[in-house]
Amino acid sequence: MNSEILGVVASFLITLLIAIPLGKYLAKMFAGERVWTDFLKPLESGLFKLAGIRPGEPMDWKQFLKAMLTINLLWLVYGFFVLIYQDKLPFNPDGNPGMTTDLAFNTIISFVVNCDLQHYSGESGLTYLTQQIIVMFLMFTSAATGIAAAVGLFKAFRDKTTTNLGNFWDFFVKVITRLLLPLSFVVAIILAFNGATASYKGKDQFISLQGDTVNVSRGPAAQMIAIKHLGTNGGGWYGANSAHPLENPNYITNITEIVSQMIVPMAMIIGFGYFIRRKKLGWVIFAMMMVGMFMLLIPTISSELGGNPALTKLGITQTTGAMEGKEVRIGPLATGYWSTLTTIVSTGSVNGMHDSTMPLTGAWQLLGMMINGFFGGCGVGILNYFIYLIIAVFISGLMVGRTPEFLGHKVEAREVKIAAMITLLSPFLIMAGTALAAFVFNNYGDADWAVKPANWLNNPGYHGFSEMLYEMTSANANNGSGFEGLGDNNIFWNVATGFVLILGRFLPIIGPVAIAGMLAKKKYIPESAGTLKTDTFTFGVMTLAVILVLNALSYFPALALGPIAEYFSMK
Amino acid sequence: MKKYIIQSIRLTVVLTVLLCVIYPLLVAFVSKFSAGKGNGETITLNGKVVGYANVGQKFDQPQYFWGRPSAVDYNAAGSAGSNKGPTNPDYLKQVSDRVDTLLKYHPYLKKGDIPADMVTASGSGLDPDISPAGAAIQAKRVAQNRGLDAEQVSQLVNEHTEKHLFGPATVNVLKLNIALDQLKK
Repeated sequence: MNSEILGVVASFLITLLIAIPLGKYLAKMFAGERVWTDFLKPLESGLFKLAGIRPGEPMDWKQFLKAMLTINLLWLVYGFFVLIYQDKLPFNPDGNPGMTTDLAFNTIISFVVNCDLQHYSGESGLTYLTQQIIVMFLMFTSAATGIAAAVGLFKAFRDKTTTNLGNFWDFFVKVITRLLLPLSFVVAIILAFNGATASYKGKDQFISLQGDTVNVSRGPAAQMIAIKHLGTNGGGWYGANSAHPLENPNYITNITEIVSQMIVPMAMIIGFGYFIRRKKLGWVIFAMMMVGMFMLLIPTISSELGGNPALTKLGITQTTGAMEGKEVRIGPLATGYWSTLTTIVSTGSVNGMHDSTMPLTGAWQLLGMMINGFFGGCGVGILNYFIYLIIAVFISGLMVGRTPEFLGHKVEAREVKIAAMITLLSPFLIMAGTALAAFVFNNYGDADWAVKPANWLNNPGYHGFSEMLYEMTSANANNGSGFEGLGDNNIFWNVATGFVLILGRFLPIIGPVAIAGMLAKKKYIPESAGTLKTDTFTFGVMTLAVILVLNALSYFPALALGPIAEYFSMK
Repeated sequence: MKKYIIQSIRLTVVLTVLLCVIYPLLVAFVSKFSAGKGNGETITLNGKVVGYANVGQKFDQPQYFWGRPSAVDYNAAGSAGSNKGPTNPDYLKQVSDRVDTLLKYHPYLKKGDIPADMVTASGSGLDPDISPAGAAIQAKRVAQNRGLDAEQVSQLVNEHTEKHLFGPATVNVLKLNIALDQLKK
C-alpha cells in the first residue's frame, strides 16, 4: 500500500514540476519573446511557406474564428470519407472493414472536437492508415485548435485596447512544433522502451504455454498514446485503452501517461497569468482549480479503496480495494487518481473501467465532466473557466452594486448574455440527450437498429440510467471516456452524441473568444478604489462558489436518479 | 473565405507529412533499440515463442498458476473489461460462482482467504499479473498436482513476486509458470 501512495504522490509532484516551468515557457513563446526552442523557426517558416500562410497577419476575433472553423470543417468532411473507405485504402494488415455511415459520422466528429468517444474498438474498427492519418493527426490538431483559441483570448487581455487577437495559424502551428510534437516524441520513446508497441507489424500468433493458439493485436501504438495524453484526447489504440498491457505496460508508463495528460492544461493557466502580465490572477485560478480537483479526488479514492460493499457481503477480502475492471500492476489507488484527472481535464483515457467503479466514484466522474473547468481540456479548460469568471463578475457586480468589470473592461449585457447561454447549453444538451435516450429505451425497445434499444444497457436499474447519462455527459464535455457497457454503436447513439459533441465543442469556444474580442475593443478603464479586483482569493472563492452552485442546481436531479440512488440501494 | 480554405488544405497536407509520416516512423525507428524492438516483448521457451511478457494468457489446467478472470477469455486480438456495475445482481452471482469454483479446486481455503483480484475481471481482459496473495493461495494446489513440495512452490512464488518502489507488488503469471515447468526437469 505504501508504494502505491508513494506512486501517486510522485505522479502529482512530477506533474507540478513540469507544468509550472512549462507555463512560463508558453507565455514567453506565444508573446514572441526569445525562448530556447527558437531553433525550430526554420521548420515553422517552411510549413508556413508550403501552406501559403503569412503568420504575422493580424486577425480580429471574427477572422480568427473563421480560420479556425474552416480548417475544422475541412477535417470533418475529408475524414468522414476516409473512414468509410478505409478498407479500400492501403496499410490495413488485419483486413478491417470500412465504417458504416453513422459510425464514421460519430467517429470523425469525435476526433475533430478533441473528445475521442470511441464507438468502435481500435483492434478491429480502424486500419493502421486511419489510426494515423485521421486519429493521430486529429489528436495533434484538435488539441492545437483548442490551445490556439485560448491564446487568442489571452491576447485580447494582454493589451489595453485592441482588435487584434493575433494570427490563428501562427498560434496553431507553433503549438504543434514547439509543444506537442517534441513532448510527444519524448513520451513515445519512454513508452516504447517500457514495452508499448511502436512498430508497424500486424497481428501475431503463438501457441501459449498450455497449448492454446492466441492472436495478439499490435501496431504503432506508442506514437498515438503519447499525443492522446499530451493533447487531452483520450482515444486508445487498443479497445481497453490505457488498461491494455501493450498501451500501459507498467507503473512507470502509468506515471508517464498521467503526468502527460495534466501538464498542458495546468501550464495553460500559469501561462495565462504570465502572458497577460497578471501573474497573481493566474495563480489564483490555478489554486481554485486545484481545490476543485481535490474535492473530487479525495472522495473518489476513499470509495475505491473501500472496495465494493456488495462483494464484502459475499465474504471476499478486498485489502487492495475494488478490483473489478482494474489491473493488478496499477492498483485501485492510481486508477482512482487517474479517473478523477481524466474526467476533469477531458482526456477520457482510462486505465480501469469506469462502468465498474463504485456508485459514488461514478458521481464524481460525472461531476468532473459536468463542471469541465478544473484545468479542463487543452486550451478549452481555461475558456470554460472564463465563462464562469464572467458570470462571477456579473453576480459580484450585482451584489456590491457596481458596474461589473473584468481586467479593465466593462462587462455589459451582450457579454453576460453570451456567457449565460453557454452556461445553460451544457445542462440542456446533457439532460435533453439523456431524457431522449431514456424515452427511446422505454418506448421503442424493439427498434430495428444495430443494437436494439432494449439491449443497450449492460447493467439494470439505476446503473443502467447512469450509463446513458455518462455517455451524454462525456460527449458534451468532449471527454471521451464512457461507461463502456453501453451498446453505443448504433444509429441513435452515433447520431445523437455526434450532435452533442459538435455543439458542446464549438459553441463554448466561439462564445468566450467572442466575449474576449468584444471586451478588448472597449475603452480601458484604469483600476481605482471602486474596481472589483478579480485577482484576489476572495474573488477566486466567489468563482468557485458560482461553479458549485450552478452545477449542483443543474445536475443534482440527474445524479440523484443514477449514481446517488445506486449508492443508497447498496446500504 | 476562399483564402482560408486553400490555406487549410495546404496546411493539412504538410502537417500530415510531419505528424503522420515523419514522427511515427522516427519513433518506430528508435524503438527498434528497445527490448521488444517495438513489436512487444516476447518470451521464448525451448526456441519457441510461448507468449508476450506483458500480455496475460489463459491458464486453467490444474498444474499451472491461474490468472485473473477475463471478460474476453484472454483473446488478445481484442481487449475489454466486463463493464459490470457494482450492484448488478448477475455480476454478483458470477463472482459468487467464481468463489465456489476456487474453493472446489482449493479445498484447503476459506472464503476470506481469497483476494479480490482472483474473482474480479481485469480492465483489459489481458492482465498479465496477479497479486502476491492471489499466487500464495494457489501454491498448495499447484504443488499437489505436480508432485512437488509445497514449500518449494511457495519459494518460487516469492522469487517471482516483483516489488516496486512505485505501485503495487505483482506476480507475472506466465513467467511464474515457465519457471515451474523448468523446475520439473
